[in-house]
Amino acid sequence: MSDIAAKERVGGALPTLPARTDGLSLAALLFAGFCVLCAWGATRTVASALDHLQIERGAGWSIVFFLVIAATAILFWPAARSWSFSSRARQALSTNNIVEARIDAAAAREWSYLTFGWGATSLVLLAFASFIMANNAGVGKTFFYLPLIAEKWDLVLRAFWNNIKIFVIAEILVLIWGLVVAIARLMPGPAGRPVRLLAIAYCDIFRGLPAILTLYLVGFGLPISGLPDLIVPPIVGLFVNFDGMTAAEIKQFTRIPLTWYCILALTLTYGAYVAEVYRAGIDSIHPSQWAASRSLGLSYLQTLRYVIVPQAVRRIMAPLLNDFIGLQKDTALVQVIGVVDGFNQARMIASNAFNLSAVTIIAIIFVLITIPQARFVDRLVERDQARMRAAS
Amino acid sequence: MAFLEIKDVHKRFGYLEVLRGVDMSVNEHQVVCLIGPSGCGKSTLLRCINGLEPIQGGEIKLEGDRVSGPGVDVNRLRREVGIVFQSFNLFPHMSVIENVTLSPTKVLGFSKAEAREKAMALLSRIGLEAKANEYPDRLSGGQQQRVAIVRALAVEPKLMLLDEITSALDPELVSEVLNIVRDLAGQGMTMLLATHEMGFAREVASKVCFLYDGVVHEEGPPEKIFGNPEHERTRAFLKRIIEAGRL
Ligand SMILES: Nc1ncnc2c1ncn2[C@@H]1O[C@H](COP(=O)(O)OP(=O)(O)OP(=O)(O)O)[C@@H](O)[C@H]1O
Ligand SMILES: [Mg+2]
Repeated sequence: MSDIAAKERVGGALPTLPARTDGLSLAALLFAGFCVLCAWGATRTVASALDHLQIERGAGWSIVFFLVIAATAILFWPAARSWSFSSRARQALSTNNIVEARIDAAAAREWSYLTFGWGATSLVLLAFASFIMANNAGVGKTFFYLPLIAEKWDLVLRAFWNNIKIFVIAEILVLIWGLVVAIARLMPGPAGRPVRLLAIAYCDIFRGLPAILTLYLVGFGLPISGLPDLIVPPIVGLFVNFDGMTAAEIKQFTRIPLTWYCILALTLTYGAYVAEVYRAGIDSIHPSQWAASRSLGLSYLQTLRYVIVPQAVRRIMAPLLNDFIGLQKDTALVQVIGVVDGFNQARMIASNAFNLSAVTIIAIIFVLITIPQARFVDRLVERDQARMRAAS
Repeated sequence: MAFLEIKDVHKRFGYLEVLRGVDMSVNEHQVVCLIGPSGCGKSTLLRCINGLEPIQGGEIKLEGDRVSGPGVDVNRLRREVGIVFQSFNLFPHMSVIENVTLSPTKVLGFSKAEAREKAMALLSRIGLEAKANEYPDRLSGGQQQRVAIVRALAVEPKLMLLDEITSALDPELVSEVLNIVRDLAGQGMTMLLATHEMGFAREVASKVCFLYDGVVHEEGPPEKIFGNPEHERTRAFLKRIIEAGRL
C-alpha cells in the first residue's frame, strides 16, 4: 500500500473505490470518430450544393474542407487523454493505490465529458450548415439570398426606424404609467380602496387583452369615434392660430399620426405588465425600510420617492427588461392598423421577390437590438446586487 | 410633569392583545430601560410611541401634548422622537452621508451643504467620517448601527427610542455601539431603550421597567430591579437571564 493511501487512512475514513471509467473513455473515442464522419458528410452536402449552383470550388474550398475536418478531429485529443487517464487509473488500482486511482478516474471523466460537450456543439453546427445547404442550397437561398439582402437592407432598416420610435417613446411612457398604476394599487387604507379597485381592473383588462386587439381597437376605434377631433383642436388652438382655415383643414392639421395610436395602445398593454412588476418590487422591500423612513419624519410619498421606489427599481431591472423586449417585439404588430414598420416593409419585399431574405434581415435586427440591452442590464444588476443584499 | 407619559395604553393585533394597559413615564434627561421576555411587546410599545402603530386605548403624551390617536401630526411627532431598530435600519441604496442627510434636507428643509456639514460633525464624533461615502454593505454591523443612531440624531430629536440595537450584532461589536449610547446618556439625552443587555441597563439606566403580560409588572431604579426584585415574575425572568450568562 502506498504512502498516500496510508496517510488517508490516518486522516479518517478509507476512500472508496472509484467507478470504472474505461467504458466512458471508449465512448468518447468512438464519439469523436462519429463527429469526424459527420463533418465529412456535411462537406459532401455543401460541395454538391456548390456544384449545383455552378460555383467554382477552387483552393478556398480545399482549405475550408481541411479546416472543418481538422477542427472536428481535435476532438480525438480530449478523448485520448480520457483514455490514458483511464489506463492510469486501472494501473493505480492494480497496485492498490486508491487515492491515485480516484484522482485519475476523475480526470478521465472530466476529459470524456469535454469530448461529449464539444462534440455535441460541433454536431449542431454541422447540422445547421447541412440544413442551409440541403436540397441544393434551397434553404439557404430562401432565407439568406445575399444579393437581395445587400440590395434591400437599408430599406428595411429605414422602416425599422419607425419601430424604434414607437418602442422608445412607449417605453418611457410605460415606465411612468406603470409606476403610477402600481402606486395606485398600493394605496393604503379604506380611502384608497376605490383607487385600488380601479387599478386592479385596469391591470386585469389590459393584461388579458392580446396586444394586437388593443392595437386594433385603439388604432381604428379612437379615430372613428371622433373623440380626438373633439379634444385635440381646442388644445392645439391655444398655441396655433386657425384663422382662415376651413373646418376640414383644421381637422387635417390636427390629426394625430397613427404612430401615436400605436404608442398609446402599447403603453396601455405594457403599462399593465410593468405595473405588476413594480408592485412586486415594492412589495419585496423589507417593511423595516418603511418604518425607518417614516420614523425619520418622511411622509408616505417621500418614503416611496426616496427610499422604496429606488430600491424596488434596482430589484426589478431584469423582469423590466423582459417586458421591454416583449414591447419591442410587439412593435411588429403595428401593421394591423396600417403603420409601415420594419416587418411590414420586409414582407412587401418578400412577396415581390418571392424570397424571405428580407424578413431574415428584420429577424436579425430584432435579435441584435436585444443583446446589448441584456448585457447592459446584467451589468447593472451585478453592480447593485451586493449593495442590495446588505439591507441590514 | 413627565417628559413622556404613557397612560393605560392598549394595543391589539387582530385578536392578540399585546399591550393591556401600559403605564409608565420618562422624565427629561432620564434613561429608561425596558426589559422583559421575548414577545412581551417591547418593540410594539416603542413603535406605538413613535406613531408607527396605532393604539386602541389609552394615551401617550409628549411634553404634555397628546401624541396618540386621531388628529396628531405624526410627521412632526417623529421629528421630536428618533428611533433605531434592531436591524434593517440603513437605506442600502444610499451612502452613509446620504442616509444621514436625507431627513434634514427633505423634512427639515436644510440646504445640502448645511446638512452635510452637520452630518460630518456627527460622523466624526463616532469616528466614522472616513466612511461617509461608503455604502452600508461596506460597513460592519456595529458601524451600521452607529450610523443609524447618528441618522436619528441628525433630526435633533428630544427623545430617542432604541429597540434592542445590539441584539443582531456579534458580541465584539456590541461595546462600540453601547459606548455611543453611554455618551448620549452623559450628554443628557432623554432615552427609552428596550434591551437584553442587562449589565448595560444596570449601568446607564435611571429607571428600569419590566414589561410582562402586556403591562409594566415592576419598575424602579436598577439597583432595586436587579438586586432585589419584588415580584416573582421579575425574579424568574432575571434568573433565566443570569443562567444565559447575560448579567
Ligand atoms: N405586525 C404584527 N402583527 C401581528 N402580531 C404582531 C405584529 N408585531 C408584533 N406582533 C406580536 O406582538 C407580540 C409582541 O411583539 P414585540 O415585537 O413587541 O415583542 P418584543 O418584546 O419586542 O420581543 P423581542 O424581545 O423578541 O424583540 C408578539 O407576540 C408578536 O408576535
Ligand atoms: Mg423586539
